[in-house]
Amino acid sequence: MSDAPATALLKTPLADRHAALGARLVPFAGYEMPVQYEGIMAEHLWTREHAGLFDVSHMGQVVLTGPSKSHDAIADILEAIVPAEVRGLAPGRMRYNFLVNDEGGILDDLMITRPADPAEEGSLMIVWNAACKDADLAHLKARLPDGASVTELSDRALLALQGPDAAAVLAAHVPVAADLAFMEAVKTSFDGTECFVSRSGYTGEDGFELSVPASEATRVWDALMADERVKPIGLGARDSLRLEAGLCLYGHDLDETTSPVEAGLTWAIGKRRRAEGGFPGAGRIQRELADGPARRRVGIRPEGRAPAREGTLIFSEGGEEIGIVTSGGFGPSVGAPVAMGYVGTGHHEPGTAILLEVRGKRLPAEIVKLPFVPNRFKR
Amino acid sequence: MTKRFTEDHEWLDIQGDVATVGITTFAQSQLGDVVFVELPETGAQVAKGKEAAVVESVKAASEVYAPVSGEVVEVNTALPDAPDTVNSDPEGSGWFMKIRFSDEAEVASLMDEAAYKAFVDAL
Repeated sequence: MSDAPATALLKTPLADRHAALGARLVPFAGYEMPVQYEGIMAEHLWTREHAGLFDVSHMGQVVLTGPSKSHDAIADILEAIVPAEVRGLAPGRMRYNFLVNDEGGILDDLMITRPADPAEEGSLMIVWNAACKDADLAHLKARLPDGASVTELSDRALLALQGPDAAAVLAAHVPVAADLAFMEAVKTSFDGTECFVSRSGYTGEDGFELSVPASEATRVWDALMADERVKPIGLGARDSLRLEAGLCLYGHDLDETTSPVEAGLTWAIGKRRRAEGGFPGAGRIQRELADGPARRRVGIRPEGRAPAREGTLIFSEGGEEIGIVTSGGFGPSVGAPVAMGYVGTGHHEPGTAILLEVRGKRLPAEIVKLPFVPNRFKR
Repeated sequence: MTKRFTEDHEWLDIQGDVATVGITTFAQSQLGDVVFVELPETGAQVAKGKEAAVVESVKAASEVYAPVSGEVVEVNTALPDAPDTVNSDPEGSGWFMKIRFSDEAEVASLMDEAAYKAFVDAL
């Protein structure tokens, strides 16, 4: 699947479990990761109907520590680096955001969590993408003032349990899980193992992410796998689930040239931050907020059965090239091909007829609202 | 009936000067869930090693190369509407096309079942 030498690949603390389950392993962001176990279609549908267990230990987990026990102090430090409303983040709450460069382009997307525990006041937890984590760390370190520091939690594993049965499954091991609201997090225990659990995920389903000590990862994995409502889910279904949910994948739907406004992620920039600025790239982002961006991220439904993959050119009905597909494939829950991409403003309204150039043929498609399947986050 | 195989994981069922062509059980297992198949037109001329059909799984698109040169005399018209047949019966009802081949030597150079099995085992 790749030319990268196998010896150079990192393994997660759950590598033995993936091998024992007969997973197909592929290189991903420097790690050997399971792309599928029994098959992408079955795993995808199982997650939407029951509960899927994902090993996402390759993702970067870091703690940002400020100069004092003050939330406002660490919030102000991070707000100079990201456009999120961090000051207003309540204890035990988390928020989706992104690192932006001085040109307003997205360097990575991430989750920021304010600890619930008053003893940890003045710090923030961040989870970011595996492929970007070294660059993200360098980016942060270069911008942190004296007295603030960022520490990688490289001795922790990260598991995601996603799907309508996730809450009931997890409640047997983490009783407080059932009480968590969407985007709420707490430090607790999983059958006695120290565990940081959040009600979050990237599938469009209700679910949880569990950060546990690497040494305890297999125990937690085994305990969840023992429940018949749970099946292991690989990166293949993770990708099709998030695409149907209309969620961006960094390196595909987002990159250094993409602004949050183009990507339709302005909801993640706090109201105060939109008005005040004071983050990298604020000039471009505020200008686009006022005047509209030149292009916009859209959902796309091809008319026929042919999937339109990443890189597929998009044309107007009149034959003008208007954009490009950034994620595309088959949506198992939709039962048809689905895609996301960018088109010039004016061509972005749902219902707009477009053409997708697939293998030299221009196939009819339509701009549609995202997501392709309704999000079922716990509200 | 003679069965032959290519290194691109196609099978050919040879009857006279017509080869029924599909992808092997191994190929479909590597592809995963097939969600789209595009077949050539009946009457099209295909050249050995050139793209003749497309098969796509949830994850990726793959070309199916013509294993022999010749004329497409029939295609499996049921397949585009039931692409998962490629997974459920790859070497039977999941066939792609029938090619009337023009060069007997092209067929002779292909692997037989034992050679293909050894080829796959070595992968």
